[in-house]
Amino acid sequence: MLRFIVRRLIQVVPTLLLLSLLLFAWLRSLPGGPAAALLGDKATPEKIAQLNTVLGLDQPVPVQYVRFLGRAVTGDFGNSLITGEPVTTEIARALPATIELSIAALLLAVLLGIPLGYVAARYRGRPLDTTTVIATLVGVAVPVFFLGYLLKQFFAVDLGWFPPSGRQAVGIDATHVTGFAVLDGLLTREFDASWDALVHLVLPAIALATIPLAVIVRITRASVLDVMGSDFVRTANSKGLAPRIVRERHVLRNALLPVSTTIGLQTGLLLAGAVLTEKVFVWGGLGTLLAQAIERRDYPRLQAVVLLGALVYVIVNLLVDLSYAIIDPRVRVR
Amino acid sequence: MTSPRGSLRPRPPTLLDRRRRRVDELAEASGRSLTADAFQRLRRNPVAIVGAVIVGLFVLVSILAPWIAPHDAATAFPELQRTLRPDSIPGAQPGFPLGSDQNGRDFFSRMILASRQTLLVGVFATLIGLVFGVLIGALAGAFGGWVDTVLMRVTDVLLSIPSLLLAISIAALTAKPSQTTVIIAVALVSVPVFARLLRGAMLAQRESDHVLAATSLGVKRRAIVLRHMLPNAMGPVIVQATLTLATSILDAAALSFLGLGDGDPARAEWGLMLANAQAYLDVRPALAFWPAIAIILVALGFTLLGEALREALDPKGRR
Repeated sequence: MLRFIVRRLIQVVPTLLLLSLLLFAWLRSLPGGPAAALLGDKATPEKIAQLNTVLGLDQPVPVQYVRFLGRAVTGDFGNSLITGEPVTTEIARALPATIELSIAALLLAVLLGIPLGYVAARYRGRPLDTTTVIATLVGVAVPVFFLGYLLKQFFAVDLGWFPPSGRQAVGIDATHVTGFAVLDGLLTREFDASWDALVHLVLPAIALATIPLAVIVRITRASVLDVMGSDFVRTANSKGLAPRIVRERHVLRNALLPVSTTIGLQTGLLLAGAVLTEKVFVWGGLGTLLAQAIERRDYPRLQAVVLLGALVYVIVNLLVDLSYAIIDPRVRVR
Repeated sequence: MTSPRGSLRPRPPTLLDRRRRRVDELAEASGRSLTADAFQRLRRNPVAIVGAVIVGLFVLVSILAPWIAPHDAATAFPELQRTLRPDSIPGAQPGFPLGSDQNGRDFFSRMILASRQTLLVGVFATLIGLVFGVLIGALAGAFGGWVDTVLMRVTDVLLSIPSLLLAISIAALTAKPSQTTVIIAVALVSVPVFARLLRGAMLAQRESDHVLAATSLGVKRRAIVLRHMLPNAMGPVIVQATLTLATSILDAAALSFLGLGDGDPARAEWGLMLANAQAYLDVRPALAFWPAIAIILVALGFTLLGEALREALDPKGRR
C-alpha cells in the first residue's frame, strides 16, 4: 500500500512540472510578453522594457524558468502585482474561506445527492424519478453565476432571510484562530459568531453545490439501477432475504463505489466553481483572488492559484484511487 | 448473402474487393449497421425528440435571425434612450416587444441575433476541440508505443487541471479578450477529453476480432486505421461532442462573467449579454432572465440529445 502511495505521489511531480512549463511557455509566447498584456492599451516600448527589467523578463527564457522553479520549490511564487505581497501569503490567508465554502457545498451535495439518487432509482419511471432526472439535467445547464445571483436576489434581497454577501456580519467582533469562521466561533465559545458565519454560508454553498449535487444524483441513480439488475441481487432476493437487507447490504454498498469516484472528481472541481460563486457573493477566498488576478492581469498570482488548483485536483484524485482500493477488495493495489 | 464467390459478375472483383467485403461482414455481424440501429432507437426515444426539437429550433432561429429581428444589434434608438436612466430601463413598447437594453438598443432583436453568435461560439469551440482531439487521439491509438506515451502524458497534464481553470488561464493570458480568444480557450479545454476518449476506443478496436481479421487478410495498416478502427471508435466521441456543445456555451458565459469575454459592447451573444446584465439586475432583471433562459434551454437541448445518443449507441442497449 505504502509503495503504491509513494509511486503515485512521484507520478504527480512530472505532471506539475509539465503544467508549470506549459503555463510558463504560454506566458512567454505572447506577442510582447506578459508586460504588454499587463500594460494593455498603455503599452509603449519603453514601458514594456522597464517592466520587463522589474519582472526579470529580460533574462533568457530557460534562465527565467529555472529561477521560477527554484523559487517555487521553496514556496516562493513571487509577489502579487496588485498588492505587492508574496502570493503565498495571500493564498494562505484566503485558503480557509474557500475550504470552508467547499466543505459546506460538498456536504450538501453528498448528503442530499446520494439519498435522492437512491430514491429515484428505487421508484424508477415514477413521477418522482422523472422529476429528479429532469431537475439534474436543468441543474447542470444553469450557469453557476446566474444561479448565484438568483439565490442572492430572491432569498437575500427580496426576502431578507440570508445575508447577500461576505463571510461575517460587519458588527460581529469574532476572534480568528484558524480562519475557519464557523470553527473559530465554536473554539472561542462565541456561538453567535459561529451562527452568523453559518448563515452567511447557506446561499453560496447552495450555488456551489448545484452541479456536484446534480452529478452525484445521476451517478447514484445509474449505479443503483445497475446493481439492482445484477445476478447477486437476484440471488439474494430469490433466497428469501428481507428486501431491506438486500437494499442496504447488497445494493447500496456496491452502488456507492462509482459514487465515491464522482465525489472525488467533483471535489477537485470545486475550486473552479468557487471562482464564479465567490465573485457573486464577495466571499474573499481563493476564487476572489483569482477573479481579481484575472481582471488586473496579475500573472504571479494567477500562476500560483492555477497550479494550486491543479495540485488539489491531482491529490484528491489520488485519494479517490486509494479509497477505492480500500472499499473494493477486487481492486488490487500494485 | 454476399459470398466471396462473386465471379459471375462482368468484371470479377479483385482480391482486395473480396477481402474488404469479407472484413465488412465480420464487422457487422448483426446484418444491420450500428448507425442505422442507433438511429432507429433514437427516433423512438422521447428524450432524443425533445432535445432534437430544442436544438432544431435554436438552429432555425439562428439561420433566420436577420429576417426575424426587426432591428440590428448595434443601433441605439432615441425613443428608447429618452426614458433610459441608470435606475430605469424602459420595458416593452410598440415596435420593441421586449423593451430596451442598458444602452437603448432593441432587446428583442439582440436576443434573436445573439442566437447566431452563441451557436457560432458553441460550434467553433467544439469543432476546434474535436479536430485537434481526434488528431491526437487517433495518432496515439493508431501508433501506440512512444508516440502514445508522449501524447497521453501531455493530455493527462491538461486533464489534471479543472477545465474552467484551464480556460481561464488561457483566456487571461491574452492582452485583449475577444470572441476568438473565448472560442480558443473553451476549445483547448476539450482537446484532451476528445483525445483520451478516442485513444481509448481505438485501443479497444485494435484488440477486436474484426481488426485482427483485417490484419490477417493483409489489409494495409493505413486502411485498417482509417476504415476499420476510426469509424468504429467515433461513437463515444460524437456523444461527447454533442455534450461539449452545451458546456462550451456555458463556459463561454462564465468567461464573459469573469471579464474575459468580448469587449465589444455591440456584440450580441447570450453569455455576454447575461454577464453584462448582472450590473442591472436590480433595475431590469429581464435583461438577465431572457439570455439565461435561452442558454439553459440550448444547453439542455444539446445535453438531452447527447444523452440519448449515448444510450442509442451503447451496444448493451441493442436488440
